[in-house]
Amino acid sequence: MSMLLLIEQLLNGLQSGLMLFLMAAGLTLVFGVMGLINLAHGSLYMVGAFACAGVAAATGSFWLGLAASIAAAAAAGAIVEVAVIRRLYARDHLDQVLATFALILIFSEGTRWLYGSFPLYLNVPPSLSGSVTLPGGIQYSLFRLAIIGAGLAVAVGLFLLIGKTRIGVQVRAGEADREMIAALGVDIGRLYTLVFALGAALAGMAGALVGTIQSVQVGMGEPVLILAFVVIVIGGIGSIKGALVGALLVGLTDTMGRVLLPSIFDLFMETSAATSVGAALASMAIYILMALVLIVKPGGLFGARA
Amino acid sequence: MTGSKTGIHRETRMTRYLTTTALALSMIGGAAMAEPVKVGMITTLSGGGASLGIDTRDGFMLAVEEAGNPELEVVIEDDQQKPEIAVQLSDKMIQSEDVDVLTGIVWSNLAMAVVPGATRQGKFYLSTNAAPSQLAGKGCHENYFSVSYQNDNLHEAAGAYATNEGFGTMFIMAPNYPAGQDSLSGFKRFYEGEVASEVYTQLGQTDYAAEIAQIRDSGADGLFFFLPGGMGISFMKQWAEAGIDMPVVGPAFSFSQDILPAIGDAAIGVKNTAQWSKDIDNEANAHFVEAFEAKYDRLPSLYAAQGYDTARLLLSAMETADIADADAFREALRAADFDSVRGDFAFGPNQHPVQDIYVREVISEDGTLTNKIVATAMEDRGDAYAEECSM
Repeated sequence: MSMLLLIEQLLNGLQSGLMLFLMAAGLTLVFGVMGLINLAHGSLYMVGAFACAGVAAATGSFWLGLAASIAAAAAAGAIVEVAVIRRLYARDHLDQVLATFALILIFSEGTRWLYGSFPLYLNVPPSLSGSVTLPGGIQYSLFRLAIIGAGLAVAVGLFLLIGKTRIGVQVRAGEADREMIAALGVDIGRLYTLVFALGAALAGMAGALVGTIQSVQVGMGEPVLILAFVVIVIGGIGSIKGALVGALLVGLTDTMGRVLLPSIFDLFMETSAATSVGAALASMAIYILMALVLIVKPGGLFGARA
Repeated sequence: MTGSKTGIHRETRMTRYLTTTALALSMIGGAAMAEPVKVGMITTLSGGGASLGIDTRDGFMLAVEEAGNPELEVVIEDDQQKPEIAVQLSDKMIQSEDVDVLTGIVWSNLAMAVVPGATRQGKFYLSTNAAPSQLAGKGCHENYFSVSYQNDNLHEAAGAYATNEGFGTMFIMAPNYPAGQDSLSGFKRFYEGEVASEVYTQLGQTDYAAEIAQIRDSGADGLFFFLPGGMGISFMKQWAEAGIDMPVVGPAFSFSQDILPAIGDAAIGVKNTAQWSKDIDNEANAHFVEAFEAKYDRLPSLYAAQGYDTARLLLSAMETADIADADAFREALRAADFDSVRGDFAFGPNQHPVQDIYVREVISEDGTLTNKIVATAMEDRGDAYAEECSM
């Protein structure tokens, strides 16, 4: 395998890792701050993608669609938090899983009712379509490059928000001791709604960006949700830094595993069998990674509670 | 749990009483009328694969409504693309609804879970889509008919097409599950060039950046891929974005009418193999395409055409035979005495179709993406498993 191909594959891993980070960041914040398992996070991803496709089709502008995806997912997140999730904070995790699983079904069938069962059309905007030649002669898709840029920008923004602002201080304090910050006069209910809507907005944005290069259809959120859970388990629950590192690890392991494992097996096996075994093992790679991390650090890489 | 179970039992018993009473009453009526035929359709109407099941159902029901035969009753249920649900539904339909014929399953893994049990209990199964090799060869059954194709057919035709076009090396790719493995072996059965590289992707995979980089690097003459449903949409969009100048060929599933609008212009020019296309020139097909569009306000897909043909086959058998006489009814099905939207249609020895398979090209027609036949890949093709079937 040539060096150029290897670098291109590393970029692919980076890109898929950063999109996973957008999903995992919201999930880990909600889990860390509110102690809530939210299975419906994937539905917010789907809401973002459908809002983007719907608005882009109606107005002809991808950018309006992207703005709509963030707004729609944030609004859906805020409504769901106030209407349903708020009642679940004091319940145990099983109740939360049941209620948010019900939300998945409601979101999926609601979306089907609104948009029908057929996948929607959403394509890369003309200004970002095609590919560019990177230094060293690598041909790379401009839109994927933009996704990498957007993912990095959100990561930096999130670190500044959590580390440097008043809201960030409240979020971190809420994570440490929620009764105490309520006693100090912070409106904890409003803070929770805000955090939930922020997580939802990030998921919606990821849905729109990924939906653009993949397919916009009902049920698109659940496979990503599983990966996002793997990410936060690896990174450590509640840690944004952990989510970033975990997402990049998962993205790179998955991409490189798919590329390298079949060619490694090819060295000492017949080609047809090697591709089959390599592909099977590649699909397990991230779970093996998760198991290894948990053996070494049971609380995840950056977990507060080890 | 226990409570609901007894509830179901009680319901079943009630249904049986009612059915018996109804039967007794109908005997008093006692005319020499043919027995009504009850069809149980199990198909995917929710979840990611719903568009395939919906088209199957709509095609089937179009033919049923056109015939207006009061002797035909159809019960439709959603299998949610889950084998365990499909098995429950078929048990319910056989035991409490007392259906005579089952049909509608889209996915091979669901068909494998349902078909052997249903045919063993003496029910007919007419496949509108899924036709795994196991049911065509050693596992064939006199009550099982595939009206669509045998699973390998479209992949074989793609291999034949690549050979005819003189592609010296091909990059081939499919998801890592039984139908994906069958796809690649089907392709290789009729491809005489060299396979540059063979790649298995994950089932349900949506990002193909890594594979696309490998394809570009391989320098093959052409690409063959089988990625049904959402996987194909994702792949084609990313493939167009990558701007690689390489001819693409695949089975029709990734370029069927139900998903073409979601792929968009990225699909234009792609060659795909199918046993049906909306421009096949015969009276039945022209009527079908027009009636489907008038009723549902969209163009029919391959699945809709298969559903339509299945219903018409069943109706043709009902014309000549009584379902109560299973042997006669089976003979009437085997005769396939109906005007298929595909033109020539006959059953081979294992009750799978012998038919022409075409190469279609995706074109834009008045702003709508659709397929046009550009060549015939194989004529009167049966399948590779018929010899293993002893019936």
